[in-house]
Amino acid sequence: MTWISTNLDFILSLAWQHTLIAAPAVLLSLLISVPVARLANATGWGRKLIVGGSSLLYAIPSLAVFVILPGLIGTRILDPVNVVVALTLYGAALLVRSSSEAFDAVDDELLTAATAQGHSAWQRFWRVELPLAGESILAGTRVVSASTISLVSVGALIGVQSLGTLFTEGYSRSFLTEIAVGIVGTVILAVVFDVVLQGIAALLMPWTRRQAGPRRTRRSAAPGTARADDAVPTPDPAVATAGGTR
Amino acid sequence: MIASLIAWFSDPDHWSGPGGVPARALEHLGYSALALVIAVLIAVPVGVWIGHTGRGRRVVVGLSSALRALPTLGLLTFLAIVLQIGLRQAVIPTTIVLVVLAVPPLLAGTYAGLQAVPREVVHAARANGHSTGQLIGQVELPLALPMVVGGLRSATLQVLATTSVAAYLGLGGLGRYLFDALAVQDYTTMLAGALLIAVLALAVDGLLLLLQRLLTPTGLRAARARV
Repeated sequence: MTWISTNLDFILSLAWQHTLIAAPAVLLSLLISVPVARLANATGWGRKLIVGGSSLLYAIPSLAVFVILPGLIGTRILDPVNVVVALTLYGAALLVRSSSEAFDAVDDELLTAATAQGHSAWQRFWRVELPLAGESILAGTRVVSASTISLVSVGALIGVQSLGTLFTEGYSRSFLTEIAVGIVGTVILAVVFDVVLQGIAALLMPWTRRQAGPRRTRRSAAPGTARADDAVPTPDPAVATAGGTR
Repeated sequence: MIASLIAWFSDPDHWSGPGGVPARALEHLGYSALALVIAVLIAVPVGVWIGHTGRGRRVVVGLSSALRALPTLGLLTFLAIVLQIGLRQAVIPTTIVLVVLAVPPLLAGTYAGLQAVPREVVHAARANGHSTGQLIGQVELPLALPMVVGGLRSATLQVLATTSVAAYLGLGGLGRYLFDALAVQDYTTMLAGALLIAVLALAVDGLLLLLQRLLTPTGLRAARARV
């Protein structure tokens, strides 16, 4: 406990550095993957390319990407930008897939109806497709946020400061408290990110909050209907875990 | 950069002896395989039970999302210190962490695979006189197999990646190139190590993808092609 209070400034500054790497990575992966997913859905080969490409990228361990990237984009090896770029790539790989499925799940008849009402393709995207796909995209973003935060700490191995620094330092000094603080801090940060994401989503999509209540009760009241719900491609958190904690 | 990489890979010294690429790659695969075998022995029976009975699904989902937020490196270093008996022995804590990481995706793949078996098929098998054991062994598990292997793929990716991280604790494997070279600022060797890790992961993933295709029952394959 005394270690925590005497080193609080150090811990907080590491948490801040952690945030400065994780937040842009999550945001950028969201900004990249939504348009890419929508455009890819428009062409059959685009979807195949995305599914193949993202699983290929996902197969490469993060530590390797952190090291290879500087050689490709010309940054220095200790530059935190490497970690941001690498985690953006991972996040986008995961999110492009779930967003593509989310857009795909939007009912074709609704799109036809929107067109019939005089929506242009652009209006239809903003007013119909994006709002309907929003909930699934949010679910994907939450997964990306949690795994990104846990991955940032791996960067500490190549010297990029974050809460992961507490792990490398604690290990070299055989000091358990420091490592425990790092683990708890990372989990707290992940929870904070999750709450913020849900808050933003509630502001942008006020209708999801109203829907969430009755939907959940229906699900637990009638487990037999779960199968129909499962068809909605909201990524099952357990199944979508692929490579998350690297 | 590329020239020095080519030089590194064409140096025969890097391909023989205990520090050579084949030896390191085998070490890497060995640690990973050990953890995966243990994880399969734990996760598949439990997953079959959950998928067959439909009980405990919530626990699995909660467990795996909680694990996603847990930083691997923190878990590794923590266990490495807690479990150090006398000298620093990296294999035991690493294997524990690898198993902990590999179980949730395997569990998820197995129970999701079993749950995806249509109820009518299960009822039909019952009506045909299958006992519970036969039902699981001859109907549910074969139909779930592609998804089980899907879970194995995600588990394997995580385990291979984490094994590279474990080199930090003094474990062998391809991660050694990264950390040994980081200490002396030898970027070429680091890059070579990173490339080897990436290639190994992609190769193993490719093999498992092939396995997944091969294990998909012919009936399912036809159904999927129609979609």
